[in-house]
Amino acid sequence: MTVTIRLQREDFDAAKEAAELTRGHTDIGALVTFAGICRDHEAGRGVAALTLEHYPGMAEEEIARHIAEAQTRWPLLGVTVIHRHGRMQPGDNIVLVVTASAHRQAAFEAASFLMDYLKTRAPFWKLEESTGGKDWVAAKDTDDDAVARWVKDKA
Amino acid sequence: MKLLYFAWVRERIGKADEDVSPPAGVVTIADLMKWLSGRGEEYAYAFENSKVIRAAIDRNHVQASAEIAGAREIAFFPPMTGG
Repeated sequence: MTVTIRLQREDFDAAKEAAELTRGHTDIGALVTFAGICRDHEAGRGVAALTLEHYPGMAEEEIARHIAEAQTRWPLLGVTVIHRHGRMQPGDNIVLVVTASAHRQAAFEAASFLMDYLKTRAPFWKLEESTGGKDWVAAKDTDDDAVARWVKDKA
Repeated sequence: MKLLYFAWVRERIGKADEDVSPPAGVVTIADLMKWLSGRGEEYAYAFENSKVIRAAIDRNHVQASAEIAGAREIAFFPPMTGG
């Protein structure tokens, strides 16, 4: 299985990364590409920018652990995770998850699983610049609920 | 051992990292947060609601009850908001 993990300031090209993952693989029948993008609003506030802080070293290791966990649950043929850090404005890419498998269900579910874990377990923090000033984004219970469903599924 | 702070924990303490040598009675992550809180008002402010603070030992998530013996790097941070 091809695994790519990158943390970077620079932007990424989702289509290029997806093509990279499938190159030379005729056994892949399903490819899911998820991109998380900085939006211009949150709970009624206008958002001017997000600054992503991360824990270098642990962020890569934590993502690798979640990919390894995903591999035990679904027959994956490839995974790419790219997470940007630094300051992003509305419309900018933040995160990319690409999953490849022979069949669609594994690719869809693994991408969803990886995103849920990225949001709640990977050491990243968002500082939001909005009409109300600068504030650290609070963790959402809905994100914890999203990750909890995978724990229940396993039991 | 080296301590690392992120996001608002870092901002409240006013530094990103430091080296500390806690006394023998500091056994767990919870003990360490309590000990740090006594070092000054910036620490007390950072750890005032210690239940919400997450910790990692050598880049692995741990509970507040985890023992710190042998740790090289301990990080404190708020709940994560990546993705």
